[in-house]
Amino acid sequence: MPESNTAVEAPPTPAAEAPRGQTPNDPEYVAFDRVSKSYDGRTLVVRNLDLRIARGEFLTLLGPSGSGKTTCLMMLAGFEAPTSGVIRIAGRSVHHLPPRRRGIGMVFQNYALFPHMTVGDNLAFPLEVRGIAPDDRRARVRRALELVRLEGLEQRRPGQLSGGQQQRVAIARALVFEPDLVLMDEPLGALDRRLREELQYEIRCIHRDLGVTMVYVTHDQHEAMVMSDRVAVFRAGVVEQIASPEALYEEPDCSFVARFIGENNRLPGRVTRVRGDICDVDVGGRPVQALRVVACGTGDPVLLSIRPERISIAPEPGLYTNEFEATVDDVTFLGDHLRIRVTVCGQPDFIVKIPNVVGHGAVLEGDRIRIGWTSTDSRVLDADGGEGAA
Amino acid sequence: MTRPAFRAARLTLPLVAFIGVTFVVPLATMLVRSVYDPVVADALPDTLAALRDWDGRSDPGEAAYAAAARELLRAREERTIGRVASRINRVRGGLRSVVVRSGRRLQDFSGGPWRAVLLEIDGRWGDAATWQAVRTAGDRLTARHYLNAVDLQRLPDGSIARQPPERRIYVALLWRTLVVSLGITALCLLLGYPVAYLIAHAPPRRAGLLLGLVLLPFWTSLLVRTTSWIVLLQTQGVVNDVLVTLGLLADDGRIALIYNMTGTVVAMTHVLLPFMVLPVYSIMRAIPPQQMNAAASLGAGFPRAFLRVYWPQTLSGVGAGSLLVFILAIGYYITPALVGGQSGQLISNFIAYHMQTSLNWGLAGALGGILLACVAVLYLAYDRVVGLDRMRLG
Repeated sequence: MPESNTAVEAPPTPAAEAPRGQTPNDPEYVAFDRVSKSYDGRTLVVRNLDLRIARGEFLTLLGPSGSGKTTCLMMLAGFEAPTSGVIRIAGRSVHHLPPRRRGIGMVFQNYALFPHMTVGDNLAFPLEVRGIAPDDRRARVRRALELVRLEGLEQRRPGQLSGGQQQRVAIARALVFEPDLVLMDEPLGALDRRLREELQYEIRCIHRDLGVTMVYVTHDQHEAMVMSDRVAVFRAGVVEQIASPEALYEEPDCSFVARFIGENNRLPGRVTRVRGDICDVDVGGRPVQALRVVACGTGDPVLLSIRPERISIAPEPGLYTNEFEATVDDVTFLGDHLRIRVTVCGQPDFIVKIPNVVGHGAVLEGDRIRIGWTSTDSRVLDADGGEGAA
Repeated sequence: MTRPAFRAARLTLPLVAFIGVTFVVPLATMLVRSVYDPVVADALPDTLAALRDWDGRSDPGEAAYAAAARELLRAREERTIGRVASRINRVRGGLRSVVVRSGRRLQDFSGGPWRAVLLEIDGRWGDAATWQAVRTAGDRLTARHYLNAVDLQRLPDGSIARQPPERRIYVALLWRTLVVSLGITALCLLLGYPVAYLIAHAPPRRAGLLLGLVLLPFWTSLLVRTTSWIVLLQTQGVVNDVLVTLGLLADDGRIALIYNMTGTVVAMTHVLLPFMVLPVYSIMRAIPPQQMNAAASLGAGFPRAFLRVYWPQTLSGVGAGSLLVFILAIGYYITPALVGGQSGQLISNFIAYHMQTSLNWGLAGALGGILLACVAVLYLAYDRVVGLDRMRLG
């Protein structure tokens, strides 16, 4: 890989500063410092990434395919070298360390179990490499299999197991040598939904029980929400937002994240007045009061993001700062809730979700209804919606 | 079979017929010839009938002489006496001239007693051994050729013994063929495995180019390739010239690299290399690249990851390639014939010799049968150990 890239920094130097110590709550257990990666010397797959992962944290790298999340994982594991920048684990640069010396447990996308070895031998392999005595090996293999609830399957071969069982073996193999850091690269992608949810729960329990640091890559936002302490949302090689699942959902700070995580309504408009945290936005000739999340001034084009479940139907007059007449285009019954598609402020396809409670039958297709939401539930975000969001 | 499947199968009938005519029938004919030879039995039926109750030691009696004289004369008229003589000669050397001369001289005699006539023509008609040879050669069904092919013979008393030392060549030859083929297989594996690895892990464009280079030998005439080896390896050839120029060899100390076993091994390894590379490459392509990454992430260095994770997964390809190369090698003919000289000949060259020169087709068939048995045993052993269904050729 040529270093002649103008967009990237000088090659990384091993961290000069003293190790930051391995206190249990080291907030910078894993650190990406201005890391960039280019495969062809021209386009950057990862751009100037700064990322801190605390010891014991479960961090998910979430993003559409090609957003650089897997590349980050591969750089952390040592299978790819950053084009520039430094990656540190426990305060020490790992630039010069080959994958086998990093002591990181890794679960691969398609399990990567060794098909010619039994489950027991697969699990014993990392222990054998580390020169652990056979007796001890057997005990640890048994414990690891208990952890993933596959007791007694030592003698089976991977080909004789179901997809879910194979994935459990792969997880057990990544944990059996007791690494402090475990990486998972879309490990549940090949499984059906029910099994995926079961394993999500189990991975979460394992993380909680063992206290290891986990970095998990997925493009499935639901998976990210279920398991993570924090989620880093990737887009085109850049982390758009890194926050807890709740914060990502409730307080997206860019329109890409708002769109990528959960469902939301986006109303394009123009800022007419700024009053501290609140600004007025003109949407199709109607004024909407909204929370100012991104820096913006009068006249800027912006995007309003409103979660469908934060919208009330036929509220008491004066309860909400934003109240509008809307035309019902479509009502869909979805069991626990109703999904109503309306046209408001001249914008079609505006979704309102209301819980399935007594009285919902009042809303019918073609009705004119009043809807309302608070100014803090409509967030002013950058106008760029981002292409290629899932 | 369902109707459409049956129709489809009928399309292969021309191929089945072709293989039947060009492969199965000739093969079967040769195998039959190795145990069945009616020439003497058809030419001398009365003589053999007269010898049926003979004790094998005493004089066979006038009836046998008379029948032999009559039938030799007839064989001469029918121009089959040469073939009869050569078969009797194979049982006991030196009898060809006895038989041929007797056939010619018998014309000069008008009547018996035939014992006296034959003894006058050649005194060896008085030996019991001569008559034993005639009787042995008269067996239609015989294990003689197979015994010959493993340097054994049946003594007059029916027991089996080794051939005299100067006639023991085939067991050594068979061993040599097996050992050389094993060596060539090992060389092909040693040279071909890294190439297959390189191709399997190269980017698609480069992999295509490399694969083309491996297949290049298939696109050039075998004769041209072999001749190129002669140009390279002969005493005044390129390799020797380079070694002399570099001062590694004295000009009068040029080494013989061709027309001996070295030439056979070098040229055959080259010819058979693609048969090793292709199956190994195909199996390597099926191994996910993550396997080696997984081994590395579990702490294994390259040597251990290779030996414990990669190599075992390529074994079925290695087995298929080795089996293919070995089977091709033990039956290889052209290359040893062209560059093997005296010491580089393999068993197929002797089969060809017996087919074309000595016309001892029975022995050629027996040698071929033994070769076939070797391959079959190997094939079954492979099936036992690895399983034929796990063999991947490409």
